[in-house]
Amino acid sequence: MTKCKGKTISEKILSAKSSTDAYAGDVVEADIDYVMVNDITGPIAFREFEALSCDALRERIVLIPDHFVPNKDVPSAEQAREMRTFARKHRIENYYEVGRGGVCHQVMIEEGFVAPGRLIVGADSHTCTYGALCAFSTGIGSTEAAACFAEGRLWFKVPETMSVSLIGRFKGYVSGKDLILRIIGEIGVDGGNYKTLEFSGGGVESMTISDRLTVSNMVVEAGAKAGIFLADKVTEEFVKGIVKGTYSKVSPDKEAHYSSELEYDLSSLEFMVALPNSPGNVKPAKEVDVLIDQAFLGSCTNGRIEDLRTAASILRGKRIHSSVRMIVVPASMKVYRQALNEGLLGVFIESGAYVSGPTCAACLGGHMGVLGDGERCVSSTNRNFVGRMGHKNSEVYLAGPAVVAASALKGRIAVPDESI
Amino acid sequence: MDNVRGRAWRFGDHIDTDQIIPAERLTSDNMDKLGLFVFGKVNPDFAKNVEAGDIVVAGRNFGCGSSREQAPRALKQAGVSCVIAESFARIFFRNSINVGLLPIECRIEARDGDLLVICPDEGTITNENTGKTFAFKQYPPFIKDLIESGGLMARVRENRRCSR
Ligand code: SF4
Repeated sequence: MTKCKGKTISEKILSAKSSTDAYAGDVVEADIDYVMVNDITGPIAFREFEALSCDALRERIVLIPDHFVPNKDVPSAEQAREMRTFARKHRIENYYEVGRGGVCHQVMIEEGFVAPGRLIVGADSHTCTYGALCAFSTGIGSTEAAACFAEGRLWFKVPETMSVSLIGRFKGYVSGKDLILRIIGEIGVDGGNYKTLEFSGGGVESMTISDRLTVSNMVVEAGAKAGIFLADKVTEEFVKGIVKGTYSKVSPDKEAHYSSELEYDLSSLEFMVALPNSPGNVKPAKEVDVLIDQAFLGSCTNGRIEDLRTAASILRGKRIHSSVRMIVVPASMKVYRQALNEGLLGVFIESGAYVSGPTCAACLGGHMGVLGDGERCVSSTNRNFVGRMGHKNSEVYLAGPAVVAASALKGRIAVPDESI
Repeated sequence: MDNVRGRAWRFGDHIDTDQIIPAERLTSDNMDKLGLFVFGKVNPDFAKNVEAGDIVVAGRNFGCGSSREQAPRALKQAGVSCVIAESFARIFFRNSINVGLLPIECRIEARDGDLLVICPDEGTITNENTGKTFAFKQYPPFIKDLIESGGLMARVRENRRCSR
């Protein structure tokens, strides 16, 4: 029987990669283009894989140490060494040493592993970031990564899709972070469970790739499996010149079936903040009046050059509040170098911020900015769970780069207009 | 599948993997002792008092957040036999199957310490303290197969043997 209804992007990519005619609800075994692991999810994958005693599909494997590197202590040094050893043993060229990489998702994007129509998995929940470039990408476990090292394929339940239609254009410093926080606040932290959020509409064209990446990055905070933007000229321009290999464009059919539909006018959005301890605990920033001890700018969510530019333009010529320490962590060496060349690092340092090289740092409470008992941080990262950034009584307020910078100046959560 | 009998430990909605096993424990030297640190930040009594066979009973979206497979591994190493939740975050659900921790989607009434008996083949959970029985849906065939064959790596091994 031929089904004649149209397909969503997820249904198209998973059909193509499994050579089947798949629709939401079907389980398929699909070929993956790339599988990525990082330094904390890699070691389990390496052990599971070695137990198979078989050859690795080395060209499809990407190894990126980022969570606890540069090694924060001896156990993390041993762990990072495991990844290095695995890369050498299996002659895996896609290994990004400290100083040549950065946060895994940013590196995956910059190095051209991601392109429209591709199917990419990663043993990291924020692998969904790559949907910004119209790929189907999602987080998996370490054991599943090991299976991909050996077989290059994995099972997927084809997800239902929620359509998110965007119109208008962001005002001022309002950004992708404010949009995704607003969405999570509305649909809830499991509102997208097992589903794809597919972003379309005229508003997409007005969004930078950086903003799209921020949005796709955080769909997992609504439980979603993927967050996919329709590809346009901006996507093609971005991919051109960096993409590895060829790719095939994909777009949804007109008659595609969506489980629900949402619409947002970007021009009506305002600065948002997610209060502890849930990314769904969202309020307009102007309604939040909380003193802070730390401001963190970085991560795969908002550690890109555009984010650093926004923050630097707010901080330029000003001093960070005396009771606040600000930590700036570019998401990759490329971002770091660009920030250096544009003079942004100087702006941060002159304003009294601490600037480090790329790493996940305090985002997951690893190192470089871990919080003590009762301390509060306004952060451009994606999670504010209990103890995520350190002590169980510490608090994380999630916001976009503009609110992080404005708050650093004021010593409390603030929107940028107040500080200019 | 064998029946499972164990004491209930109640948890709420949206229990994230940072709570189940905090990031600072995610180094490979801890790989075989993750059970010692399970819920270490938010409920240190759990690791101290949990007994082999105990069952975690939770609300919606259990295991949300990070993809760390160390989360279901930590529960399993601590002796937990099974997690019953109203719903699961998808990566946690997949990981649980692969590490041999049974995830059961069901809404049940149970208090801390109640004795529960799970009959996977019948799809029922009985609370021995209250006498109430709850039914849960069978897994879809693909997932049932995966669980019965012992998780993904067992399947990969089987595939590779067949294709040789
Ligand atoms: S920056 Fe944070 S969210 Fe992104 S990969 Fe690193 S720890 Fe995970």
